[in-house]
Amino acid sequence: MSDLNASMKDQGNGKSAMSAITDRRLILLDEVDNVMVVAATLRADEVVRIEGEDVSMHRRIGVGHKLARRSIAVGETVLKYGAPIGSMTEAAAVGAHVHVHNMKSDYIPTYTHDNQADFTGASS
Amino acid sequence: MTQSWQGWARQDGRKGVRNLVAVVYLVECARHVAEAVAAPWRDPLSGGSGDVQAMGFPGCYPSAYGHLMLERLLTHPNVGAVLLVSLGCEGFDKRRLVGAVEASGRPVEVLTIQDAGGTRAAVEAGRAYVERIRAEIDNGPRVEMTPADLIVGTICGGSDGTSGITGNPAAGRAFDRLIEAGAACIFEETGELIGCERHMAARAATPELGREVEGAVHKAARYYETLGHASFAAGNADGGLTTIEEKSMGAYAKSGRSEIVGLLKPGDIPPIGGLYLLDVVPDGEVRFGFPNINDNAEIAELIACGAHMVLFVTGRGSVVGSACAPVIKICANPETYARMADDMDIDAGRILKGEADLDQVGQEILDAIFETAAGGQTRSEALGHQEFILTYKSFEPIGPACLPTR
Repeated sequence: MSDLNASMKDQGNGKSAMSAITDRRLILLDEVDNVMVVAATLRADEVVRIEGEDVSMHRRIGVGHKLARRSIAVGETVLKYGAPIGSMTEAAAVGAHVHVHNMKSDYIPTYTHDNQADFTGASS
Repeated sequence: MTQSWQGWARQDGRKGVRNLVAVVYLVECARHVAEAVAAPWRDPLSGGSGDVQAMGFPGCYPSAYGHLMLERLLTHPNVGAVLLVSLGCEGFDKRRLVGAVEASGRPVEVLTIQDAGGTRAAVEAGRAYVERIRAEIDNGPRVEMTPADLIVGTICGGSDGTSGITGNPAAGRAFDRLIEAGAACIFEETGELIGCERHMAARAATPELGREVEGAVHKAARYYETLGHASFAAGNADGGLTTIEEKSMGAYAKSGRSEIVGLLKPGDIPPIGGLYLLDVVPDGEVRFGFPNINDNAEIAELIACGAHMVLFVTGRGSVVGSACAPVIKICANPETYARMADDMDIDAGRILKGEADLDQVGQEILDAIFETAAGGQTRSEALGHQEFILTYKSFEPIGPACLPTR
């Protein structure tokens, strides 16, 4: 497992090379991760910079949710904290919301309310 | 660490951070009477002192687990006196429970509603006892306590995508510091450590303990698979968590970086300082439903292991406290904190805003632990939260490999 503190400190102080080209509201927890964590709610139609690339948000995405750091293929393992947290059921482009609509557990299926399949965290 | 404070000395040698009267229903049928007995003191929001608390076991069928839990809770160092409220015909073995509380040196009385003449008479008699016993234990002996005397548990509830990057790792920092100072710290919910078992096993003090740790997580995965539902609520998904293994990775951060020196089951008290994993998933075939039907079921088990207080990390915004021991609320999500600050002791979401780092928030948690131990009220205590629940579960005793340092 990675040293979370080191990556948080880099983000917090804005000292890492990464934060210069990535929106400060996105947190990379480990260098090998293919998703980033949203630290402050992102509005729909906002343009967010991800490792030098400008990406338009298509919907509002709440704090604690995940975005694709790079394009991720169907069946690919999703990595967060430097560890596998499930696999993709649909492909995701850079900046796409990665959640219950396009990824699944490799252990026990996740239960959500019927109206949650497309959930964006917008109410939070 | 040079902190010390005055605790409550118990005749069995243990040291408490609270001096509570426990009013205990031995079946659901006695719960109203027990709560009515405690009512004049129970709720700080209504001007009560908060030091008379109701708890109990709801079932009428015998339960070795339920009995052990109540025995451990009523002889918990935070409890100064006990009133058992019995309907009169329930299945609970109250004589054995009285014996255990008496053996610990605590005053204990049984109030049987059917013998007392019904609800009104029982409530009056119960309140008279509480009035008398409170005055008696208020003058009980005090004793110096240091961090090495503490047992602290940790749980996360209402988790979201922030819990695993702010509140949980900050709680882990506090755990590391506490353990260096000689305290025993307990983390739990093996059903929320699925996917972390190999990493945890490598942190165990012995290879045999590592195998027990891994086995406990495999047991949890099997149990939840049979039930067809992971330890994962719809609200977790609202907060950005997608899978149980993702939630587990975040939950695991609460454990910090110390060596794991033991595996406990509910009611096992850590024999020495160090980090312990609490196995909360029942043994044997799946019986009695979900291992823990809500967060308070786990909090009660941590307290039954002797936890003087419990660190509760929340992202979505849980408000609960507990009977028997204070709960320190650590809010991981800055947006939740902005809405619910009155319920939160620690604002860990500042880490996301770049206003604090994990070490700083870890230190704040440590300070809050010592303030609470010295008698300072937590937010959930001030707001009258004393949630409590026990259900039916069944456990085999832990094996010899689980406590290698004993």
